[in-house]
Amino acid sequence: MIRLQLNKKLHAANGDMVLDIDLDIQQGTFLSLYGKSGAGKTSILRMIAGLLKPDQGVIQVGASTWFDTESKVNLRPQKRKVGMVFQDYALFPNMSVQENLEFALTEKSDNQIIQELIEMVELGDLRQRKPGTLSGGQQQRVALARALVQRPEILLLDEPLSALDQDIRRKLQTYILEVHQNYQLTTILVSHDIPEIVKLTDLVIHLEDGKIIRKGAAADLFSSEQEGILVESKLIGDKMQFVFLVDGRPVKVEVPLDQLPN
Amino acid sequence: MISIPLAYWLAYSKSKIKPVIETLVSMPLVLPPTVLGFYLLIAFSPSNSFGQWLDEWLGLQLVFSFEGLVLASVIYSLPFMVHPIQSGLSNLSPSLKEAAYVLGKSRTTTLFKVLLPNIKPSLITGTVLAFAHTIGEFGVVLMIGGNIPGKTKVASITVYDEVESLNYAAANTYSLILFALTFAILLAVYLINGRFTVINE
Repeated sequence: MIRLQLNKKLHAANGDMVLDIDLDIQQGTFLSLYGKSGAGKTSILRMIAGLLKPDQGVIQVGASTWFDTESKVNLRPQKRKVGMVFQDYALFPNMSVQENLEFALTEKSDNQIIQELIEMVELGDLRQRKPGTLSGGQQQRVALARALVQRPEILLLDEPLSALDQDIRRKLQTYILEVHQNYQLTTILVSHDIPEIVKLTDLVIHLEDGKIIRKGAAADLFSSEQEGILVESKLIGDKMQFVFLVDGRPVKVEVPLDQLPN
Repeated sequence: MISIPLAYWLAYSKSKIKPVIETLVSMPLVLPPTVLGFYLLIAFSPSNSFGQWLDEWLGLQLVFSFEGLVLASVIYSLPFMVHPIQSGLSNLSPSLKEAAYVLGKSRTTTLFKVLLPNIKPSLITGTVLAFAHTIGEFGVVLMIGGNIPGKTKVASITVYDEVESLNYAAANTYSLILFALTFAILLAVYLINGRFTVINE
């Protein structure tokens, strides 16, 4: 069980806001944080990683306490077993792909995991390349692999796919899901892409102004909105095919191109 | 050596005294060198308690000596070193540092393995400018070092001396050497930095 009880006053672009959440997460869950920008999603990730200190609260992962204001515990980010993929990937430009992963090794850990990860995200050919010469999707895969080298308990993904185009996005979602299952991670994904959330996650937390306003299974949460949600759209011949999710079930709709509203 | 920790602190600190320290570091840029030299002269003078303390405890005679000259040059050239490093560090994405922390790396490891290698152009610019600036300085050296041949007589002061004694030919030789040297150093900086930017793109 992961217990998050966080309270912090944040200075957002549109005035001050109090982030106040209380959440228990089953280990092994794929959770997503959904909400408008400025709702506090990234701040929550940063607090879990230890990069931002809550004013008050508790972070407990299994039997170990990472943060507790009562007993004045505050583990440094170095001591927390988390992997994090940053929005800008944060790959070290001075190191090759291989070196980026090796940098994440602790002294006692073995080299084998690097080999394994490189194969998993299919980066074998790019080992010696510098991050600056890679495409967005490739960089994202390096960042994902690097976050896993230390075998974290929690994987934090901060809008990892927002800068990529649809095709690569879909492929990377598959990698992420695979990684989540293979390494028995608890994964927390920040995203405002509904199809992505529906595809990947078990549980959605909808945040607004630093508070949890709704939570539940992805399909339930979004299909309870009045209209179905658009999951996929593609062009077939002279028709556009849309797939909507209504009550958690996919519904296909085809519309001829000349009848599409602008 | 002094500049790296200082620049690191300046780039990341949110301390209240940061503007004051920043100002002090930048002062030598604006202050006439003679003013700085004058105060250093007073501070290090053996007739003064601080100068006396240095002499007694560390055996350092900083006035009119080579050591004093080095120390004064360090202070005087500090902004040339600190500014490029500081701006280099501030321009790096903060997530680089955070990523290294999350990967379990200490502050020192992060600084030497991640931050510094990625601001190489700034480091080179800083080192070379500070060096070149030290060659060219005059006022501070004259005040604190005096003009003792073989000990604290530097090139720029020699030029002044030769001109004073109407020895234009010798002055010209020294000047020409200094001119060529500084040109070469600065040209090297720009060439090297140009190459770095090409590689990084």
